[in-house]
Amino acid sequence: MALTREQIESIAALARLELSAAEVPVYQDSLSRILDFVGALERADTASVAPMAHPLPGLSQRLRPDTVTEQDRHAEYQQNAPLTAAGLYLVPRVIE
Amino acid sequence: MSGWETIIGLEIHAQLATRSKIFSGSATAYGAPPNAQANLVDLGYPGVLPVLNGEAVRMAVKLGLAIEARIAPTSVFARKNYFYPDLPKGYQISQYELPIVAGGALDIVLEDGKVKRVGITRAHLEEDAGKSLHEGLPGVTGVDLNRAGTPLVEIVSEPDLRSAKEAVAYMKKVHTLVRYLEICDGNMQEGSFRCDANVSVRKAGATKLGTRAEIKNLNSFRFVERAINYEVARQIDLLEGGGEVVQETRLYDPDKGETRSMRSKEEANDYRYFPDPDLLPVALDAAFIESVRATLPELPDQKAARFGSQYGLSAYDAGVLTASRELADYYEAVVRAAPADAKLAANWVMGELAAALNKESLEVTATRMTAERLAGLLKRICDQTISGKLAKEVFEAMWSGGADADAVIAERGLKQITDSAAIERAIDEVFSKNPGQLAEYRAGKDKLFGFFVGQVMKATGGKANPAQLNELLRKKLGG
Amino acid sequence: MSELHHIGLAGAAAGLRARRFSSVELAETFLKRIERNQETLNAFISVTRAQALSDAAAADRALAAGDGGALTGVPIAHKDLFCTRGVRTTCGSCILDNFVSPYDATVVAKLKHAGAVMLGKTNMDEFAMGSSNETSYYGTVRNPWDPRLVPGGSSGGSAAAVAARLVPGATATDTGGSIRQPAALCGITGLKPTYGRVSRYGMVAFASSLDQGGVLTVSAADAALMLREMAGFDPNDSTSVEREVPDYVALLGEPIAGLRVGLLKEFFDKGLDPGNERRVREALKVFESLGARLTEVSLPNLPLSVPVYYVVAPAECSSNLARFDGVRYGHRCEQPRDLQDLYRRSRGEGFGAEVKRRIMTGTYVLSAGYYDAYYLKAQRVRQLISADFTRAFASVDVLIGPTTPTPAFAIGAKTADPITMYLNDIYTIGANLAGLPAVSVPCGFVGKLPVGLQIVGPHFSEARLLTAAHAYQRATDWHTQVPEGYA
Ligand SMILES: [Mg+2]
Ligand SMILES: [Zn+2]
Repeated sequence: MALTREQIESIAALARLELSAAEVPVYQDSLSRILDFVGALERADTASVAPMAHPLPGLSQRLRPDTVTEQDRHAEYQQNAPLTAAGLYLVPRVIE
Repeated sequence: MSGWETIIGLEIHAQLATRSKIFSGSATAYGAPPNAQANLVDLGYPGVLPVLNGEAVRMAVKLGLAIEARIAPTSVFARKNYFYPDLPKGYQISQYELPIVAGGALDIVLEDGKVKRVGITRAHLEEDAGKSLHEGLPGVTGVDLNRAGTPLVEIVSEPDLRSAKEAVAYMKKVHTLVRYLEICDGNMQEGSFRCDANVSVRKAGATKLGTRAEIKNLNSFRFVERAINYEVARQIDLLEGGGEVVQETRLYDPDKGETRSMRSKEEANDYRYFPDPDLLPVALDAAFIESVRATLPELPDQKAARFGSQYGLSAYDAGVLTASRELADYYEAVVRAAPADAKLAANWVMGELAAALNKESLEVTATRMTAERLAGLLKRICDQTISGKLAKEVFEAMWSGGADADAVIAERGLKQITDSAAIERAIDEVFSKNPGQLAEYRAGKDKLFGFFVGQVMKATGGKANPAQLNELLRKKLGG
Repeated sequence: MSELHHIGLAGAAAGLRARRFSSVELAETFLKRIERNQETLNAFISVTRAQALSDAAAADRALAAGDGGALTGVPIAHKDLFCTRGVRTTCGSCILDNFVSPYDATVVAKLKHAGAVMLGKTNMDEFAMGSSNETSYYGTVRNPWDPRLVPGGSSGGSAAAVAARLVPGATATDTGGSIRQPAALCGITGLKPTYGRVSRYGMVAFASSLDQGGVLTVSAADAALMLREMAGFDPNDSTSVEREVPDYVALLGEPIAGLRVGLLKEFFDKGLDPGNERRVREALKVFESLGARLTEVSLPNLPLSVPVYYVVAPAECSSNLARFDGVRYGHRCEQPRDLQDLYRRSRGEGFGAEVKRRIMTGTYVLSAGYYDAYYLKAQRVRQLISADFTRAFASVDVLIGPTTPTPAFAIGAKTADPITMYLNDIYTIGANLAGLPAVSVPCGFVGKLPVGLQIVGPHFSEARLLTAAHAYQRATDWHTQVPEGYA
């Protein structure tokens, strides 16, 4: 499974990762090798086998009571933010 | 537009009326300062995990039962992956392959009075995104994540709707239902109830669906109607001009009354859905489902049918009065307090009361004209204390002032004259003042009957009982 | 060997309670060792000296007053992907270089509650993605047995710190072997509990359906004590299990005579270094002498565990790491031209090469047209592997085999080819896919390098694993060996 340069670029775009020109062939090579490696899965007979999304079988989701437990701590949380104003997180203008 | 058929399906997002968010303990109240109601889970902080709000599940089940859908014994939350500043985790938690509700239906009444069944493919639980703000922020966008994580139920209809009017009727029906069920406040200005419309057209008689456009985020009934009509015309124009409809997401601009392409959102849309490993399958047993069923109120259609049989109302009147649970409750409270004439009560609630509420944009629950006060007035109509005509004056006085019907009637001396002798006296007085007209009438000018009614009414200050007056006048004139 | 830094976790707890030494003394001893060895080992990303000493002083006051929990005054370290309130939490990544957590992970809170004193945050592979600790933004951690070698990963900082006796115990996490593999390579004890046994809340996610927090300590007895204090149901983690935590310490002395041990045929394959195999077979003799009954078992689908892992883990990580977007916290690029530029450069600059590789692999296997062939297929094979384990545990109590195919390898030896690196975890990944508990204990040396023995059990059999490991450690002294220069 050899990935093309364009495929790497489109995967990186989907994942929002800037790659330098030098990085592209490196990932082209290693991702292709990884896909070859995991291609071994093809050989397993999985007809009528259900996919396993979770390691503990038979458990189901717990339901939380509908109670408000949180206070306003935005000032504290925004200490980690690169750019804020008036309580808002700021990003470059998004045009719709 | 003849020769074309319109196909519409709606995806309605109803914000569930829980106190806390779907996966966190943050409040969901509207109007808080920016990010005051966004906790670590809502902000998508590293290491935090979602825990499902049981009330959101109950509400979705309630909806499912009300539309006679299947409640999935096992439903699964998935991640819808995309990048957007109002989506903190880089994915929305939503149900994809296994929604909690599937295969329901709702009936709507068309303009010609026919009932149409609209299929509901599915309803699933998901979290809302935050809000992007641009105003007053030059060159930047501000992100407020208070709404992020608010529980939504997305109700997806079959492509069963054939006109903008049908779409609106269906949306109104869903709006009525979610408010009946008390699972959504229905506030469309605040975004609690909004829809995406999938619109396509095809040549009449064609069996294959045309290419559809999805109009996003319509938050008023009027916009739904206008946006769909615009979109239908646009698509027909395109096709008739030899063009093709492109499958895309479009936005309705209410100022221009147009829809336009949102190519920005289309770019590289590959949501890479997969089951959210932080959440387990939601398993609902029969006991849980039955416990929710026990909380179902009388539903709009059931209530309307009962209003018809119990109060002798027409299907139309019953439909109007049951459009909201509050209005129906108000009506029934009026009838309980003034049981003599349920039809009269219906007329007053739909007529004078509705008009007065409308004029001041008041909710029926917010009016000072309580059901008991209105009933007080209706009782005086029924027992003939006042005429229907004067009752309107009394209503107005009651509406603007605080006095009850009896006080207004007494204060203004509006009590109807039902004493035959008094009415006869008034008739005699009118006859003696208008000998000429009396002679003319007797000579055969029947039309003057109305003249005499008017004169007697005037003489009694409008208080003579009309039926009695007619009867006595006829007797005297004939005599 | 009588110095304070050899005291061990349980020994420290007992000594503090008996007031043989103070918590401040203990903290000072270990902090000095941490600081002295930081340059050679690079085991820590942050050392929280001032806070540690003030917490130790508070612990001493509590002990003097006769209060305190099971770990009051005992120094520990946390892997730097456990969120620690008010303390930088980097996950070994540039993208979180400036991130100060506003909250404590449940594990951190529980250990605090038990009285443990945190000395610092340990180095790790970036976002726990690696088997050698070479992907850390903060530099490679060195193996105390030989500084030219890797300590294993991703919990390499915690493992090196415990092996060099810089701290008596440390938290760690295991997504595909990240506790057991570095434990084996550093000659210490490492326990990965059952999925759901320890809360994941506050543990920065790599692959949510595989990640599990656990412990790195010198001995199984120490691991039992530490696990007992950090395990348990957490309402903040939907995947944590509502099930009582046994007193692992009290159960340590149970006899293991009659224990049915399965020898995993697939673990003794051609990839296993003959030296490692010899040590593991010797260890099995010890188990036999303790009354265990050995049988060979086969898990036919197990050889596919690495391919399954390298679909499932990247898929989950590609989604889990989408939140690092330069908007609410973490690295943001300079002067973004527009939103897309902000995303692409912040993430492109903030993530290292291996993390980017896995994000891209995961993005690919989940994308339209490939989901069924890769992701769903892998989840089906995962089911087969899990069923193999279930079948095996119908006839044996535990499975025993090597933890790793080879002893520690040279820094740089496997960085060129990701597949070679991934195959390090060939014996450990199966337990993660099936959510099983597993422990690695030292079982001898190949040359001067330690070898690890792995014991895997059915869900929630931690007590059994610890009891078996403890019995083995009472019969042997491999776990008490200290690397030269750290005695
Ligand atoms: Mg939708
Ligand atoms: Zn939706």
